[in-house]
Order: sequence, then C-alpha cells, then structure tokens
Amino acid sequence: MIEFTNVTKSYSVGTKALKGVSMQIEDGEFAFLVGPSGSGKSTIIKLITGELKPTSGMVHVNGYSLERIRKREIPYMRRTVGVVFQDFRLIENKTVYDNVAFAMRVIGAREREIRERVPYVLELVGLETKSRRHPGELSGGEQQRLAIARALVNNPSTIIADEPTGNLDPARSLEIMSLLQEINNLGTTMLVVTHEKDLVERFPKRVIVIDNGLVVSDGMDGYYHYEDQ
Amino acid sequence: MKINNLGYLIKEGIRGIFLHGFMSFAAVCVTIACLLIVGSFSCLAYNFNVIVEDLNKTNEVMVYVDETLSDAQARSVGTRLNQVAPEYIDQAKFVSREEALENFIADHEGDDAFLGVDAQDLRHRYVVTLYPNAPIRDLVEQIRQVDGVADVKANFELAEGFSALQNVLHVASFVVIAVLLLVSLLIISNTVKLAMYDRRDEIAIMKMVGATNGFIRLPFVVEGFTLGMVGAAASFGLMWLVYDWVDVQLDSVSKLKLLIDFVPFKELLVPMVVTFGAAGLFVCVIGSWTSIRKFMDV
Repeated sequence: MIEFTNVTKSYSVGTKALKGVSMQIEDGEFAFLVGPSGSGKSTIIKLITGELKPTSGMVHVNGYSLERIRKREIPYMRRTVGVVFQDFRLIENKTVYDNVAFAMRVIGAREREIRERVPYVLELVGLETKSRRHPGELSGGEQQRLAIARALVNNPSTIIADEPTGNLDPARSLEIMSLLQEINNLGTTMLVVTHEKDLVERFPKRVIVIDNGLVVSDGMDGYYHYEDQ
Repeated sequence: MKINNLGYLIKEGIRGIFLHGFMSFAAVCVTIACLLIVGSFSCLAYNFNVIVEDLNKTNEVMVYVDETLSDAQARSVGTRLNQVAPEYIDQAKFVSREEALENFIADHEGDDAFLGVDAQDLRHRYVVTLYPNAPIRDLVEQIRQVDGVADVKANFELAEGFSALQNVLHVASFVVIAVLLLVSLLIISNTVKLAMYDRRDEIAIMKMVGATNGFIRLPFVVEGFTLGMVGAAASFGLMWLVYDWVDVQLDSVSKLKLLIDFVPFKELLVPMVVTFGAAGLFVCVIGSWTSIRKFMDV
C-alpha cells in the first residue's frame, strides 16, 4: 500500500514541488498519476522509491515509513517496489536473461531459484526466445517488456511505471499497458504515470490528477478534470 | 550482502576489468607510472643513504698514546677507549709505531725526505672508528681524559658534514616519497573515479533494484585489487630491469664505480615487493572504495 498524508517537499533552491499531497493506493489497485510537466509527478515517484525524503508529512510504502527510514533500510524497501522507466534503464552489456537475473542476484537469490524464476518471467512478458540477446538488439517495445520483467522478477507488491509508453508507438503502448494490467490482475499494485489520454481512456481505472504540487482530482473520470485545467 | 553472492560478485569484478578494457588499461598504466617514480626515487634514496653511511664509516679519530708508556701499557689503553662510549665507538684499532711508520712511508712512496725517520720518533696510536652520527666533539673531549692518551686528532668538519648530509637525505627522501605517494593516490583515485563515472548509470540501476552498498562496492573493490596487483607486479618487474641496467652502466665506468656502487637489487627484493604490493593495493582498493561513494547517493 502507498499512503501520502499531507506531504510537502521543498528543494534547497526554494521550489515547493509538493504542497500538501494526501492520497492512498490500496494493495492490488491500479491507478494512473497524471499532470502537466512540473506538477510534482516525478517528486512523488522519487518519494516512493526513497530517492527523496519529504519535507513534512508522512509517506508509507509497503509498511515502510519513508520520512524516518534509515539509509541502510532503503535497499530492502526498494525490493518491494519494482520501477519501470520511460528510458528502460537496462544494462547494455548484460544479456536479456542477465538483466533480469541481476535483479534477483541483488537480493541474494540462489542460482537454482534464478534458473527457475527468470525463464518464467521472460515467458510472462513474451521474451522467452530472446534471453541470449542484448538490450541493443531488441525493439523499443521489447526493451520495455524486459524492464517490466526486471521490475517483476522479485515479485514486488507494487510496480511504479514512469511514462512506460513514452518512447513507444501506439500499438506497442497498448501492448505494454495490457501487460501491466495482466500483472495487476495477478495482485500487484500498479501506479502508472502517463501523459497519454488515449491510454487512460482505454483502461478505465482510477486517475489521480496532480497540478502545482496538489492533488486536484482523484477518481474514475480524473483525466477529464485534468483536461479542464 | 549474502554469502551466496560472493562468487558472483568476484566474477563480476574480474569481468568488469575486461568489459571496461580501456579504463582498466589506463588505471594499470597510471599505477605503473606512479609506482615506477616512487620506486626509482626510493632506490636512489636508499643507495645514496648506503653510500653516505659507508663514507661515514670512515669517520675516524686518531688517538696518540703517551710515549712514556711501555708497549704493554700502550696496548691496554684500547680497553679503556672502548669503555668511553660503547654506543658510539665501533672499534679502537691499535697501530704500533712500527706499523705507523710503514703506513707513513707507503703513503709517501718515492719521497726521499722521509727515509731517515725512525719508528721511535713516532707514537703508538689507536684508530678509533665511530658509528654514524656520533657526537664527535664530545667524544674527542672524553677520549682526551682517558689515562695514557697524549693527543687526539679528528676532522670535525668532515664528520659533521657527513652526519648533516645523512640527516638531510633521510628527511628529504621521506618527504619526497610521501608526496609522490600522495600524488599517486590522487591520480589513481581520479582514474578510478573516471571509470566509475563511466558506469554511473549501471550503479543507479543497481540501487533502484534494491542493491545494498556492499553488493555494489565489492565488484569495484575486486577490480581495484586486481588492477592494483597487476600494476604493482608490472612496475616491480620494470623497476628491476631498469635498476639492473643502470647498475651495469655504472659498473662499466670504472671511475664512477669507485664513487657510486649500487646495492644489488636482490638485496632490495623483500622491501620492494612489500612496498610495491602494499602501495598498489592501497591506492587501488582505497581509490575504488572512496571513489564509488559519490555515486552511491541515489
């Protein structure tokens, strides 16, 4: 579960990125986070992944209180959250298999577990035949599926997808969104940050609209509130 | 970090060396260059120290025995001389007046003016050899007080000059080696930093998927350790070759050989292996460990 309670975040240069955000995303829920550039979306993601600490207020992610988390606990918190980025962030010199296995090695998984789990996850995202390829040999959609496989492999309770379709054509975008929905159907909490109206319309889910550091709308018809701004 | 990761992390460290071949090559070259400079200076400083120490060993005081003493009494003065300051006196060698005359004539070979000199005109004497850095003026005063000593002669300027030279050499070589090591550490850690910068995205990904600092650091430290050892071994081999070459060149010039005779490299083997190994390890492992900290803050 992700819970923000009256969260503010100010940067040292004086910018107030968040001005009192409160929201709650329940376990197993699927939600879109939308808003214009500079509205505070990236700050919310950085707060969830522990890259930033709130200036005030409380941030709870999967049982961790991030406003008072110790530095050495952050890696363990991050293992409960899979992150998918717009630019994929894959390790170019590792194969498809190793990019996914790497995430398991980080948490100290045994080789036997890795050999069982990685092919299963690659099959789930449709990359089972490309396990020996390198990221550079894959299409954009395949690279994003690989990034999803890596986020998924440790069975995190939450996946945050930051503009996961930003670099893809409409057909591949739809594919990725369907994949994220399938994963959500398996019980993983999903928070998708996106600008793409078409996608939000095709997947009628909860939409949280953020603007100027505040949540301005939260509901099934959220995107239309965003458009009204 | 779990123990079942250890083999994987060591393998990753070794793999990293080949994967980032150019940066590894640069790090090894910089290590070799720095260690060669430090090693060359250390060898030079050591050899100069040995040369000055040898010269200092000729730091002698001539003690003349009272001519009224019998031969036996004159020989017993040596025991008293050795007791004056055993911590500073290496040996007191008796030279009879007959031996002194022989030496005198030998030193002035071909000079007819000394042909009529009789041994009885000379005194028995002791050649007292002092340890390096002995307080020669105080010792001469103490020796003068010894029963049976008629006179003492010493070249104060020469002896004190050697001591001063040796002290300056010690301080100068310590300072220069320390500065060179510090510069090497900075250069090498900068090279490692460049290698880290090259891989900052990889480190950021590791952090994002929940890697602990230990998990991220270990392959880099393994890499630093391996590169440090390779650099140290290569620079040690090169140092040996260059040293022997210089020694042979010096030996070929007979006049130089009298003045500068290098200690054989085999005598320096153990301290050099320890120094090169420790310096290579220290700068590379510490360099890796500290350089990565900057990229951990994600």
